[in-house]
Amino acid sequence: MQAVLQHSPSSEVSSERRKNASAKRTGFLLLSPSVLLLLVWSIVPLVMTLWYSVQNYNLVDPTLHGFAGIDNYWYLLTDPDFLHSLLNTFVLVAGVLAISVGGGTLLAVLYDQDFFGRGIARIMVISPFFIMPTVSALLWKNLMLHPIYGVYSAMMRAVGLTPIDWLARFPLLTVMMIVAWEWLPFAVLILLTAVQSLDGEQREAARMDGADPIARFRYIILPHLSRAISVVVMIETIYLLTVFAEISVTTAGGPGVASTNLAYLIYSRALLQFDVGGASAGGVIAIIIANIVAIFLVRAVARNLEA
Amino acid sequence: MAVKTKTSTRIGVTILGWGIAVWLFFPIFWMFLTSFKNEIQAISTPPKLFFMPTLSSYAEVFERASYWHFTLNTVIVSVGATAIAIALAVPAAYSMAFLPSSRTRSTLLWMLSTRMLPPVGVLVPIYLLARNTHLLDTCTGLAIVDMLTNLPIIVWMLYTFFREVPAPILEAGRMDGASRWQEMTMVLLPLALPGIASTALLSLILCWNEAFWSLNLTSSHAAPLTAFIASFSSPEGLFFGKLSAASTLAVAPILVFGWISQKQLVRGLTFGAVK
Amino acid sequence: MSRLKTPRTALYALTMLLSGSALSSASGAGTLTIATVNNGDMIVMRQLSREFEKAHPDIHLNWVTLEENVLRQRVTTDIAMKTGQFDVVTIGNYEVPIWAKQNWLAEIKPDAAYDTSDILPTVRDSLTVDGKLYALPFYAESVMTYYRKDLFQKAGLTMPEAPTYEQIRQFADKISDKTNQVYGICLRGKPGWGENMAYVSSLANTFGAQWFDMSWKPTMTSDAWKSALNWYVSAMKADGPPGATSNGFNENLALFASGHCGIWIDSTVAGGLLFDPKQSQVADKVGFASAPKGPYGKGPTWLWSWSLAVPVSSHQSADAQTFITWATSKDYVKLVAAQKGWVAAPPGTRASTYAAPEYLKAAPFASFVLNAIKTADPNGPTAQPRPYTGAQFVAIPEFQAIGTQVGQTVAATLSDQMTVDQALASAQSSITRALRQSGRAR
Repeated sequence: MQAVLQHSPSSEVSSERRKNASAKRTGFLLLSPSVLLLLVWSIVPLVMTLWYSVQNYNLVDPTLHGFAGIDNYWYLLTDPDFLHSLLNTFVLVAGVLAISVGGGTLLAVLYDQDFFGRGIARIMVISPFFIMPTVSALLWKNLMLHPIYGVYSAMMRAVGLTPIDWLARFPLLTVMMIVAWEWLPFAVLILLTAVQSLDGEQREAARMDGADPIARFRYIILPHLSRAISVVVMIETIYLLTVFAEISVTTAGGPGVASTNLAYLIYSRALLQFDVGGASAGGVIAIIIANIVAIFLVRAVARNLEA
Repeated sequence: MAVKTKTSTRIGVTILGWGIAVWLFFPIFWMFLTSFKNEIQAISTPPKLFFMPTLSSYAEVFERASYWHFTLNTVIVSVGATAIAIALAVPAAYSMAFLPSSRTRSTLLWMLSTRMLPPVGVLVPIYLLARNTHLLDTCTGLAIVDMLTNLPIIVWMLYTFFREVPAPILEAGRMDGASRWQEMTMVLLPLALPGIASTALLSLILCWNEAFWSLNLTSSHAAPLTAFIASFSSPEGLFFGKLSAASTLAVAPILVFGWISQKQLVRGLTFGAVK
Repeated sequence: MSRLKTPRTALYALTMLLSGSALSSASGAGTLTIATVNNGDMIVMRQLSREFEKAHPDIHLNWVTLEENVLRQRVTTDIAMKTGQFDVVTIGNYEVPIWAKQNWLAEIKPDAAYDTSDILPTVRDSLTVDGKLYALPFYAESVMTYYRKDLFQKAGLTMPEAPTYEQIRQFADKISDKTNQVYGICLRGKPGWGENMAYVSSLANTFGAQWFDMSWKPTMTSDAWKSALNWYVSAMKADGPPGATSNGFNENLALFASGHCGIWIDSTVAGGLLFDPKQSQVADKVGFASAPKGPYGKGPTWLWSWSLAVPVSSHQSADAQTFITWATSKDYVKLVAAQKGWVAAPPGTRASTYAAPEYLKAAPFASFVLNAIKTADPNGPTAQPRPYTGAQFVAIPEFQAIGTQVGQTVAATLSDQMTVDQALASAQSSITRALRQSGRAR
């Protein structure tokens, strides 16, 4: 608003006010289609979900119906798997964020250097971002990490090691690696753009000052990247909270509940057990968590974005 | 002395740069390679790097499923969803960037938060709505859902681009008597075009790869490539070859498209970070 | 072929798009949408269905082929919400009685030429509710033991016709050769009620264990369950392949076919694939025996049939019945034999298939499988009286939920996250919760 005001000619006050009101109206009109659609899109299912979450509703057992009160919530919240899945959700999001932001920053700096064939190497690095989650999960599970046929296993055998049974021994870590493989390129894409925008003179000046590469990275590049990092964190969190295909294809949430996140737990309730009531209760809780995360995340990130 | 360190660093950077690139790209390369193996070669231990390539896996995939039908659906849905989303998001982002009110920020944050809940939590309601509006198993229905899931991010991205456009330029336009509409189409859009283009690219990629709604809201008519993959994911018998061929077919269009538009994508993904 | 088809399909799709019909969901009259699993026999059915379309020019077929789990979700959602997207669905004998009781399936009345009496009685009974037939069997299976004759010979062992689990374990220990990636025993480990729990349930039965007692109290902490699960976990840890928690029927089939398994206890339907040299590298080395017996020795026996049914929500019930009677007919079996060879004929459904001398010649396991299915008794007695039926599943709607959860718990024992005792205790409490939630325990 300020920006607009500063540049508007300060003529009559009343015309200014009129203009202001009309601007408000226009702004509202332009914004409303998107807002209305999203409102319908989020409110209607939300109301229905709330309704189902207090009903006995199982797709495969229609004899079971009627008002359930808080039963569905009670069964969900007292389920030991629930806390586990909550924890897994956060570990998964945090792990992938750490890998993609940390790795992404380093790779962005690396691919900012000039070297032979850099263009092609860059394209290779960002390629995994274009791969469907289902395909990348199938690819890693069957062709890469399979303990008998997998390429990684063959490599381990070639040097005399026993291949690791990744999906059974380190299920959550493996899922994390697969998801990170998909999202690291996205971080590289955005961070690389930001690194490239760093003024060459600034860097040159720092080099002249005798700053060693680590100091250069720490005091010049990193601060410059903070905004781009915020963007990466924001967008990736949105997607990582709902990671589902990778888990369903590789471990089906197991063994046990070792790799079950909240999205997969709800999926399992809804589409493996067909318990719509329970899944809806899970959905409501997921919505609450999403909003809490959104508030925190946005507080932390928005400061950077507004700057 | 100085030159020497420089060359050695350079060699180091080259090796590192290529090493990481090859490592990250390797799974895709291996999938491509495996798609030219027959099923017995595909599961041989140790895995074969050199072999007699065959198209048998592809032949079988084409025999079993009408690839073009699935691809066409994916294209229609992705392009449709992206086009509608951009059309809706441009005015919204314009309003947020140039006509902000006290609620702008919270509106944006609320929009983004709608995107954070697991889709499966609202599967039954959405499924019922789609059924009752006869949008189940239609490209239209799927495009609407994809559009709505991506709209918040698109609005946000466009908003950051629009904020980069200096207000005086728009003001100058208005002084000349341009209407809001003209201001948006004649002044703003050309300036923000790179940003809009890369937003659209990102949206296309995300729609192409969307795997939950596309599987649950379609059956045959509108079934996209994710459903195509679901029919090859874990069938009876040996399947690595067929799976690789089907996967290669499913990702190839968007991968090649991504490679071609990579420069544009990078240029636009600044989120206002470049000053 | 496919090269020719490609541009035409694209052109067709483009026309559809331009005319806007691609955007409407209404399927034209006479178009049947068939939902099926991506198993080999169904893929053959899809290929041969061109013959059906030739014979019935007014019926056009539209196929939805999906992986088993995804298919089950799609079909269940569709049928439970009465959407009517599918005219023919592929389901098992677990679903058929439950869904029939909920009035989700149309009764099937095949004509006399179809010869219902030719269908093996055990299979037919599993698809019949109150004397009415609700699905037609496409293929059916029981359980048996496969083993590698060459490995047994090398180790100086002979497989008895009816081995015990104790013997199986000894054999597995002897033929295991992990350095050469030959694993003594392969068993299902992938969690799921139709995957590891199908096997583990039938294992438990023969060890004298069962899911519930007469008051619907779960009996997971019984000694019989403990010894059954202990056998399973210790055999798999000692002689099983790595990655067992990802191995279902299909994965084990691939492992056995590529020579990585010594013994495999699983569905009889694998015979047709293992003896087919095109799909198996050990086609000439496969031996078979009946499923092993545990301490209890008796118990209900595994019976599964993939069957074709017509949802009541279908708008084209008559055409759909025409199709499923064709796909499960004697003539269809002959058509498969003529086009793909007798070994590929859908097994386990019709006495006439097993009366064909060509089939008996092409499929050395045929009479064995016939006997297994004829004598399969999924409703047979468990060690203690039980309130439910079913062998490798419990025939109640809640079993999908229970089996999925317990399946995960069992998988966790294979990856050392839980001990057998912990797993059974956890299974006991999760089943109790599930039954309380569904109201059955009250």
